[in-house]
Amino acid sequence: MTAIANDPPEIRRSWTQAARLFVRRQPLGTFGLVIVVVAAIAGLSAEWIAPYSPTANDFAAMTEPPSLAHWLGTDQFGRDLLSRIIYGARTALIIGFVSAFVGGFAGLVLGVGSAYFGGWIDLVLQRVMDILMAFPLIIMALAVVAIFGTGVQNVIAAITIPLIPRCARVVRASALAIREVPYIDAARTSGFGHARIILRHMVPNVVAPFLIMLTAFVGQAILAEASLSYLGLGVQEPTPAWGLMLQGGAEEYASTAPWIAIFPGIAIALTVFGFSLFGDALRDAIDPKLRER
Amino acid sequence: MYRYILNRLLLSIPTLIGAAALVFILMRMIPGDICVVRLGSGGSINPASVANCHAQLGLDRSLFLQFVDFIVGFAAGDFGTSMWSGKPVIQEIATRIPVSLEIALLATIVAVLIAIPLGTISALHQNSWLDHVVRTVAIAGIATPSFWLGIMSILMVLEVSHLVTGAPWMPPIDYVSLWDDPLRNLSIVILPAVTIGYRYSAVTMRMTRSAMLEVLREDYIRTARAKGLVEHLVVNRHALQNALLPVVTLIGIEFAFLIGGLVVTEQVFNLNGIGRLFVLAVQNQDYTLTQALVMLTVAIFVVTNLVVDVLYAWLDPRIRFG
Amino acid sequence: MKTRTGVLTAGLSIVLTAALAAAPAMAQTPKKGGTLTYMIPADAPPSLDGHKENTFATLHATAPFYSTLIAINPDNPASSTDFVCDLCTEMPKPTDDGKTYTFKIRKGVKFHDGTPLTAADVALSWQYIVHPPKGVSSARESYMVMVDTVTSPDPETVVFKLKFATGAFLPALSDPYAYIYKKETLEKDPTWFEKNVMGSGPFKFSAYETGQSMKGVRNPDYYHAGQPYLDGFTAIFAAKQSVRVDAIRADRAATEFRGMPPSARDELVKELGDKVTVQTGDWNCVNLLTPNQKKKPFDDVRVRRAMALAIDPWKGAPALSKIATVHTVGGLVFPGSPLAATKEELQKIVGFGPDIEKSRAEARKLLKEAGAEGLKFELMNRNVDQPYKFVATWAIDEWSKIGLKVTQKVLPTGPFYDALRSGGFEVAVEFNCQNMVNPLLDVAKVLPRSVYPENYGGYEDPKLIELYDTMLKEPDPAKQREKMRAFETYALDTQVDTIMTPWWERIIVHRSYMKGWKISPSHYLNLNLANIWLDK
Repeated sequence: MTAIANDPPEIRRSWTQAARLFVRRQPLGTFGLVIVVVAAIAGLSAEWIAPYSPTANDFAAMTEPPSLAHWLGTDQFGRDLLSRIIYGARTALIIGFVSAFVGGFAGLVLGVGSAYFGGWIDLVLQRVMDILMAFPLIIMALAVVAIFGTGVQNVIAAITIPLIPRCARVVRASALAIREVPYIDAARTSGFGHARIILRHMVPNVVAPFLIMLTAFVGQAILAEASLSYLGLGVQEPTPAWGLMLQGGAEEYASTAPWIAIFPGIAIALTVFGFSLFGDALRDAIDPKLRER
Repeated sequence: MYRYILNRLLLSIPTLIGAAALVFILMRMIPGDICVVRLGSGGSINPASVANCHAQLGLDRSLFLQFVDFIVGFAAGDFGTSMWSGKPVIQEIATRIPVSLEIALLATIVAVLIAIPLGTISALHQNSWLDHVVRTVAIAGIATPSFWLGIMSILMVLEVSHLVTGAPWMPPIDYVSLWDDPLRNLSIVILPAVTIGYRYSAVTMRMTRSAMLEVLREDYIRTARAKGLVEHLVVNRHALQNALLPVVTLIGIEFAFLIGGLVVTEQVFNLNGIGRLFVLAVQNQDYTLTQALVMLTVAIFVVTNLVVDVLYAWLDPRIRFG
Repeated sequence: MKTRTGVLTAGLSIVLTAALAAAPAMAQTPKKGGTLTYMIPADAPPSLDGHKENTFATLHATAPFYSTLIAINPDNPASSTDFVCDLCTEMPKPTDDGKTYTFKIRKGVKFHDGTPLTAADVALSWQYIVHPPKGVSSARESYMVMVDTVTSPDPETVVFKLKFATGAFLPALSDPYAYIYKKETLEKDPTWFEKNVMGSGPFKFSAYETGQSMKGVRNPDYYHAGQPYLDGFTAIFAAKQSVRVDAIRADRAATEFRGMPPSARDELVKELGDKVTVQTGDWNCVNLLTPNQKKKPFDDVRVRRAMALAIDPWKGAPALSKIATVHTVGGLVFPGSPLAATKEELQKIVGFGPDIEKSRAEARKLLKEAGAEGLKFELMNRNVDQPYKFVATWAIDEWSKIGLKVTQKVLPTGPFYDALRSGGFEVAVEFNCQNMVNPLLDVAKVLPRSVYPENYGGYEDPKLIELYDTMLKEPDPAKQREKMRAFETYALDTQVDTIMTPWWERIIVHRSYMKGWKISPSHYLNLNLANIWLDK
């Protein structure tokens, strides 16, 4: 316990000071954050800011180029692209955040547990993680979708499963490093329960790599949705989703109505870009010595 | 060292068996089966022909027997025949390996050639505009969906050639091997290799940069600089050599993951490779072929990981095997 | 061409629109030489055996190697009733009250290995298709139910004896998959043709790159004088549409023979102008929206009626035709057939009414009566873009206009069929797409499963079966047409067993240097390449 008291005291900075420092030191990261915030606002308030319904067909206005009425043009069903992209932000963020958090927390629990208990639990868990890690994502995704169908929640499941072992590995490695530190031993000999030691001592120490990984996962999940959509296994019409818009649009209209292919692609790339930039900056800000895995 | 390798190999056995069980169960949990897919693609599905088809493929046996058959066959190096085409699985895979391997290797070369110099420069000029540009390009590579990039790149080639020569041009859509027609072969594989290589290099570039940054902070680099060593010597002889460790790890691991990238890219470029075969095998619910392909991927993954770890130890004497 | 003998078995029924550009090609004399490269819009088929496979990928890769007994007229493929001899010498007149057909087989036809083709080869091939021996599978056994025996009394004669006389026989006999195999090989090893090719068609097998391409070279001994014009062909499997459009644009391939969506046509015409030719026509394929009557509330005919009433095909078809491969509003029967309903006849059927606002008001009333207002359900669809997902997206939007909340569930082929067969769906996007235009057999799709194994609506209906039977066996064409109306009205209006969506449109875009080929109402027909030539 004394070990904790002896930790160097955090230099207390006000929230605004910290933010200002982040902006100054991490201009790219700030840019990323701005993109993420814009996407989040779009997703949260789609009902109010989208000019049209994202699902209403309008056969009088099919594949119209960008205009004042339709800023980003319309798709093959005459649906307003801007509205679909705004609503699509919601789908993307739901898929991104839910996959990242569920996958991340499962990985966190398994990783920390594996490191803390060690022994045969660690050995078995590691083999299971090895299997999941080595197992081709496509098979997993195809199987999940083929068995349960193509709802948003099934797409999330297909994307989440492969994230678990990757998170568990990194967390385990970080947790292992702390396990050998004397204060854990001290805590254990003082008779503290497993749960308390894990929660109070191990988890806080793996939080930094964990958070960095989470931001990366959000971006990866959004990309995975696009790839699944390309193979016809993603979210389905008429749900507005970027990957789905790209799948129909990019393939069929890339030449005759390029706006259908370009804008959803930009939405995906920009959002993932934002998350990656922000994640990188966060890493540098939290711990400049941390390496990505 | 040898004990370590042996140990790791032994540990990979449960991984392989686990993966085998997983693919076996997953494939059979998918509703329908290869007979339904095959007979359903047009005319009538009559129950008698489905039963006939099941019997021919041995799908009427108990699941346990099928699993034992698969595991024993795998252990003996016999993958059986594809349920879809009736040809030996080995033959099906062998026909498709050259394209995929060629693209994977080429993509790796592209990645390394771009990533290591740019990553190093980026680290040496941390937080300069050069660093920002390189990082932006790298992150954009990770953020762009690869199939979209592929589709757009073909379209761009078409448009540009149309504009320049008046006749649209694109690479041939049927593969010829490097030995038969090197020029034609290269014109086919270069676009997919660059598409995959870009993403690959983006990941590697980021790793090079952060590894470099870390090494540059180490005491021995400071010492070397203090001694007045010429900068490029410091960078090349001391810093880069040490920073390469994690980069090598990453290249190795990503190489094992390339199969995933090939799945989508081979579709975009109409290449008859392993990735496309994978999608087909699953779509057709071809159990034998899917099982073999999964085992192959898992085995490649296990071996790559082992090789990387051993290489790591060999390059870095600080790591000892316990 | 002159050697072929054509017979027009029924009245003229050409409703198809062939492209204008195709007409001048007729006047030119075919040039010899050159290799045609085309794409097969699919992944490689499981086998090369036409008797066993259902997928068009097999047909598109192997049809040029084989002969058939009869075929649709390659100079008039748009007609669904114009059949000509391929291996026979003359289209026979049936005897024995329409129950016996006697074919004379051409002399001097040789297989590619040089051995002569006789009536024995034709008869055995057909025996294997009609009544396959134990352990041999035939994909078209069920289409040939009317055939009793096939025999060859002498080396130049093949006799088909039918169980009952029917107008469905000749169309069924023109099946493009009905390759004539060598008797000796077939008897020795019926699986031989799965991995090998040995035919007597216009092209000889040259190479097969598994999963990638098929190559053939001219058969110098081909029996139709002067043909084929090409030196050879290369067929490349290209499953992704963007690849195919790009490939035609860059002239990596001249065409594909299945059909392209309107967007691809627009792009190619815009970029290439008169370097490409477009041929279009109605396609013997249609998507059906089938409710599962074993699931509530779809057992209630009011709900099914409301679902049909909500959809406006008259406004939907022209709009959809700009983005999807659908075109013509039609009932149960292929619109190009003399048996098809006219517009006036259609408009009397529920879901085809001229006033959509009135229909939707009625639909809302029906839903209210049935207690199904604001009903939520899942529309199960197959993982195919064109036109399945387009049709579904359109229907979901139409349904939303009467307050139905529909989500789409898309499944790969295997799980899709499994759900259909096991009844694990609420409403499904089905399709009816047959090799030959044979409406008498094609409409059987709506018959209950006890009669037609491929019906998934989950209903039993003796009256429907009876209506079909009397219609099928009616010898008088005018009366048969009337009975078809009664059958159609009962299935689509009285019971609303399924909801029709617009019939497909086949759009073929080919390089203009490819001449001599004409579009047919099915992507299974007119594929042996014998009459194609290159104007380069």
